[in-house]
Amino acid sequence: MNIHEYQAKELMEKYGVATPKGKVAETPEQAEAIAKEIGGSNLVIKAQIHAGGRGKGTFTSGFKGGVHLCDTPAKIKDFASKMLGQTLVTHQTGPEGRLVNKLLIAESTSIEKELYFAIVMDRTSQSPVIIASTEGGVDIEAVSEKTPEKITHEIVDPALGLQPFQALKIAKSLGLKGDLTKQAVKLFQNLFTMFLKTDCSLLEINPLVITKENKVLALDAKFNFDDNALYRHPEIVAYRDTAEEDPREVEASKFSLNYIGLDGNIACMVNGAGLAMATMDIIQYAGGKPANFLDVGGGASEEQVTEAFKILASDKNVKAILVNIFGGIMKCDIIAQGVINAAKIVKLEVPLIVRLEGTNVEAGKKLLKESGMAIISADDLADAAKKAVAAATGK
Amino acid sequence: MAVLVDKNTRLLVQGITGKAGAFHAKSCMDYGTNVVAGVTPGRDGETFEGKVPVFDTSSEARKATGCNATMIFVPPPFAADAIMEAVDAGIELVICITEGIPVMDMMRVKTFMKGKSSRLIGPNCPGIITPGACKIGIMPGYIHKPGKVGIVSRSGTLTYEAVWQLSSRGIGQSTCIGIGGDPINGTSQTDAIKLFNEDPETEAMIMIGEIGGTAEEEAAAYIKQYVKKPVAAFIAGATAPPGRRMGHAGAIVSGGKGTAAAKIEALLDAGIAVAHTPADMGSTLAKLLK
Repeated sequence: MNIHEYQAKELMEKYGVATPKGKVAETPEQAEAIAKEIGGSNLVIKAQIHAGGRGKGTFTSGFKGGVHLCDTPAKIKDFASKMLGQTLVTHQTGPEGRLVNKLLIAESTSIEKELYFAIVMDRTSQSPVIIASTEGGVDIEAVSEKTPEKITHEIVDPALGLQPFQALKIAKSLGLKGDLTKQAVKLFQNLFTMFLKTDCSLLEINPLVITKENKVLALDAKFNFDDNALYRHPEIVAYRDTAEEDPREVEASKFSLNYIGLDGNIACMVNGAGLAMATMDIIQYAGGKPANFLDVGGGASEEQVTEAFKILASDKNVKAILVNIFGGIMKCDIIAQGVINAAKIVKLEVPLIVRLEGTNVEAGKKLLKESGMAIISADDLADAAKKAVAAATGK
Repeated sequence: MAVLVDKNTRLLVQGITGKAGAFHAKSCMDYGTNVVAGVTPGRDGETFEGKVPVFDTSSEARKATGCNATMIFVPPPFAADAIMEAVDAGIELVICITEGIPVMDMMRVKTFMKGKSSRLIGPNCPGIITPGACKIGIMPGYIHKPGKVGIVSRSGTLTYEAVWQLSSRGIGQSTCIGIGGDPINGTSQTDAIKLFNEDPETEAMIMIGEIGGTAEEEAAAYIKQYVKKPVAAFIAGATAPPGRRMGHAGAIVSGGKGTAAAKIEALLDAGIAVAHTPADMGSTLAKLLK
């Protein structure tokens, strides 16, 4: 799950992480009031959408730029009126762009130096690892490739937490001195606490800045949260902005379905993430393109299968639907009944290819046969992929 | 004889009175697995299917029945605790089927398990089966056939796919281990390959991996150095878009690491036969046996 920049800022403030002064506005008047409250003449106004490339984006109204520097509250109000309610197109949004409903008004910091700080869940050490670098504000992957010596790694025992000596070691590796070291140690420890307490899987501060006024601030932040742990973080779930997501995925998430929209034309319904991925692979190998990833999982109910099938069948790009089930926990008859139910609700206009194997396979096949639905049945995985590609291309 | 589980395995089922727990405990019993006890807190004194005693805790079950393996069906918020309870009770083999355990919880489990002798399989896995002898997990038993091929996999349904392709060709399996799709798990690909390599009953292996992490690269390095038995492999997710979580939290490509291409290169370098599509896993292994 992704969150907005202003939400990340709110979260960091809650955990005592120093960030530039700022607040979110939903009207030009609010934007002006926040600018007055911050004071001074170094202000910035930023469109709040999940996609990157905001600064270089263009609104469909013709107004250029989703990020602007301003020196007076009046100008903030003027910019806000040109940005709110407008659609911003960036290289990451696609041509349809994203509607801007919120703006972040913040103090624009005078940057002395940009650094990089991140905490990730490392699989090899099976612990959180801190990654820090003197090269901030740039793509860290490029730094890691060209100048790996400029990156510091520190493994942290999750049971003990980030020890002060470790935080200090990281601060020193970033070349910090005097009071800046103290500020950084506090900031790192607070970020680590936040990482643990909110079940983050990735926390990236890029850049972490040293200001001309000798302050260490988290300027821009990116957080990923462990979906499996969201049940215990209602405050983070509340940050979810479904307007920023693929509508197909929003619909799927209402029924706890593991769905990811893709841009091909063969929809697939599979049980098990590995088999679902492999089904996408084999569709491509057979010359087709998958329209989605969908793992209906082991414990899906008939209702979930019905909803899943409705999402697939109502996708306008879809030219064929492939159901590939190898029942373990999932019983083939449940899948069959779900498909039959869904087909009664949505008119199925594309060919349906079904391959069933595993638990209760005979019952499943019998249900489908007795339903009288037009189904292309497949014997195995390769056969199913071949038939789906042929059906999608009308051959 | 196979690896880890056989006719002598005495199984406990944690979460035996739940819907999934009950269904699969019964199906394991039907397969011939010796289910000796169940655990559901608050249900001590009941019996499951008229014969399996239910206890409040794993240690009580261990004391009363001498169970030496456990299958966990406890819901995600409580599953990490259930694993630790089983390890604390000294149960040798802990198989956690539960899907959706928070990563932080699993890190606590791993810390807790340091220095303890129990082996964990999973979580988020189908379990383990020695065909004809012992089934612990949610795999459909009938697709398996006793034989000489060891299978280790991060994906449940892909394992069934591989098993089915082998059995349809008349090739049986020694043991099939589903290690699960989570980024932090117990038994690794390499651990399973070691077990198969040392098992005289296993003559060849299939390793099924996915994008994300470096478990397959590590296993490939081990195989290159130590394994003489033929190994076939398949990596799922070659066409998955980077940065998206494809159901398994472990299957995510980030920063150019954990791609299918990198894994396949490491596998080929170790002399492993790589199946190009998931439909070719059985035939790729069959060619190695000739």
